[in-house]
Amino acid sequence: MFLKNSLYAATALSLFTAGGAAADTITIATVNNGDMIRMQGYTDDFTAKTGHEVEWVTLEENVLRQRVTTDISTKGGAFDIMTIGMYETPIWGANDWLVPLNDLSAEYDVDDILPAMADGLSHDGTLYAAPFYGESSMIMYRKDLMEKAGMEMPKAPTWEFIKEAAAGMTDRDNDINGICLRGKAGWGEGGAFITAMSNSFGARWFDEDWNAQFDTEAWANTLNFYKDMMDESGPAGYAANGFNENLSLFQQGKCGMWIDATVAASFVTNADDSTVADKVGFALAPDTGLGKRSNWLWAWALAIPAGTQNEAAAKEFIEWATSKDYIELVAAKEGWANVPPGARTSLYENPEYQKVPFAQMTLDSILSADPKNSTVEPSPYVGIQFAAIPEFAGIATEVSQEFSAAYAGQQTVEEALAKAQEITNEAMEAAGYR
Amino acid sequence: MARNVTNQRKIINTTAAWAVGLLIFFPILWTILTSFKTEAQAIADPPIFLGFDWTIENYKAVLERSNYGRFLWNSIIIAGGSTILGIIIAVPAAWSMAFVPSKRTKDILLWMLSTKMLPAVGVLYPIYLLCIRFGILDSKIALVFILMLINLPIIVWMLYTYFKEIPGEILEAARMDGASLKDEVLYVLTPMAIPGIASTMLLNVILAWNEAFWTLNLTAAKAAPLTAFIASYSSPEGLFYAKLSAASTMAIAPILILGWFSQKQLVSGLTFGAVK
Repeated sequence: MFLKNSLYAATALSLFTAGGAAADTITIATVNNGDMIRMQGYTDDFTAKTGHEVEWVTLEENVLRQRVTTDISTKGGAFDIMTIGMYETPIWGANDWLVPLNDLSAEYDVDDILPAMADGLSHDGTLYAAPFYGESSMIMYRKDLMEKAGMEMPKAPTWEFIKEAAAGMTDRDNDINGICLRGKAGWGEGGAFITAMSNSFGARWFDEDWNAQFDTEAWANTLNFYKDMMDESGPAGYAANGFNENLSLFQQGKCGMWIDATVAASFVTNADDSTVADKVGFALAPDTGLGKRSNWLWAWALAIPAGTQNEAAAKEFIEWATSKDYIELVAAKEGWANVPPGARTSLYENPEYQKVPFAQMTLDSILSADPKNSTVEPSPYVGIQFAAIPEFAGIATEVSQEFSAAYAGQQTVEEALAKAQEITNEAMEAAGYR
Repeated sequence: MARNVTNQRKIINTTAAWAVGLLIFFPILWTILTSFKTEAQAIADPPIFLGFDWTIENYKAVLERSNYGRFLWNSIIIAGGSTILGIIIAVPAAWSMAFVPSKRTKDILLWMLSTKMLPAVGVLYPIYLLCIRFGILDSKIALVFILMLINLPIIVWMLYTYFKEIPGEILEAARMDGASLKDEVLYVLTPMAIPGIASTMLLNVILAWNEAFWTLNLTAAKAAPLTAFIASYSSPEGLFYAKLSAASTMAIAPILILGWFSQKQLVSGLTFGAVK
């Protein structure tokens, strides 16, 4: 009898255990970027290994941000995995909205994640999102035009050199602009660029008491330098140009230099889309000799919202998608130039990947970015092209609108900075920081 | 002589009408053309109008990546369901306002319309929380109800305007012949207002089909309609304009075809009673 009961108990237990490990369907919200789309194509590999099915919700970046913020703040439970960035992760982690990723398997090798990425995706030393791919920003330039201008790009140029080179490469008769930079309003567009640039000019968003700093000489120098250089050597209507507009100009051979996300390197060197694929060189983002360069740091990362019903399956997916094996899988099928960059140290130690022309410069750019110490003078926030506080996105969007209006000549730089100062201080006061 | 002037005016009017029509239609035409280009041709400067190698690769890529059929089916259910439900509620409402008005009818009509002035995002969180509470987040039923409620003021207003054009004496005669209220609305009023009801329904289907705030914010994988399908091809970091154009063309094609075949009905309904 005892034996029979034990048998029943063992059967029930095994059925229960099997139920626990049963196949789940997980819903993943993600952005429409090349690497993410590629990952969707390999979902079958994950399903074959784990039995879990995956449903994708792909949205435009800004729509996704609004959508997942609504869901996570209301504990809606619509998603089991969310694709978020370095801005949201520490804020949401602090709010206990995300599942900590502190129990990933030994094979996953969490220590292999680039330290800058792990830092930016952690709160109080706990990792809350695993980087799928990471990026910094760097200079992409036309080697042929640089040579024609009789100049040579140093590995780590100054802004003065860039301004001089831009003027030298500009050829209005042939529709060539010396330099293309983001000017479009939006905290993640022109706002991100000018904030990262301002770091190298010794500017910062806030002092240690959260007072806005747009009334400082450093900010005036940043904006005046940017506007003078772009008026002289930039494309017409640069105030409305973002990543895609500049990518289009560069690929059609209309830019001498472009300073933007390192992921753009794979686009501009792709002969299928770029007319200048074999003429592109890379250099670190410029500085002014104050000890900070103007490159940013960003990662698209996978996080699990607290309260999901499929936490175990979601973790399995994250371990699969951000693993060394996934990188190997993509490399085997599509070549090393197409693997998700900027997340793992081992990728940059791989001799095959070292042959990719932009690999080393991407790594150098990422390693030179420090989100915890991004400004020349001390600041109270974490982040390079943003301040990781919930209010930043709204404030920076308004501020970047004022800056874009100045680029377009609708107001002076001084007026734009005065308005930025007022907007920021008012918002910070309303939020209780001041 | 007078005939010549008339012909000249006819030509001018026709040319002007075609010019305005083409101007309005051009963005759609450009989207359709772009969907048959390669990504490099899509961003070419100067733009290529017709002299490119036509390709259907973008459509193949879109169909391979997305479950278009599911998005389409969701759009049909959501747009159709919200329209039918809206008409069922709006016909009696408009009847009472048109034929049995009270002192406050005009105020109620204006108040109903004023709800359209409320920014949708202002009620996003309450509605989102309600959907969670009732377990209808990412469901078609939630969107059918919400889009019906959003478009209800317009449906009631349009039907009210059409019903006002119908002489009350006809309904009175029906009553004298012994018609009940239900018979009066169903068998006398409704058949007479068919063009108006049809154009209201068409307009509501178009509005619901194109609605992109609630359909994006209240759906995930299960109930997402074609608006989410388009949004999944928009990217701020990467030039995928040709694929985005292919997705857009596939999303607007059904409603464009519906509009094309029903344009006569739509125009006659929209101009119903405009000239007495």
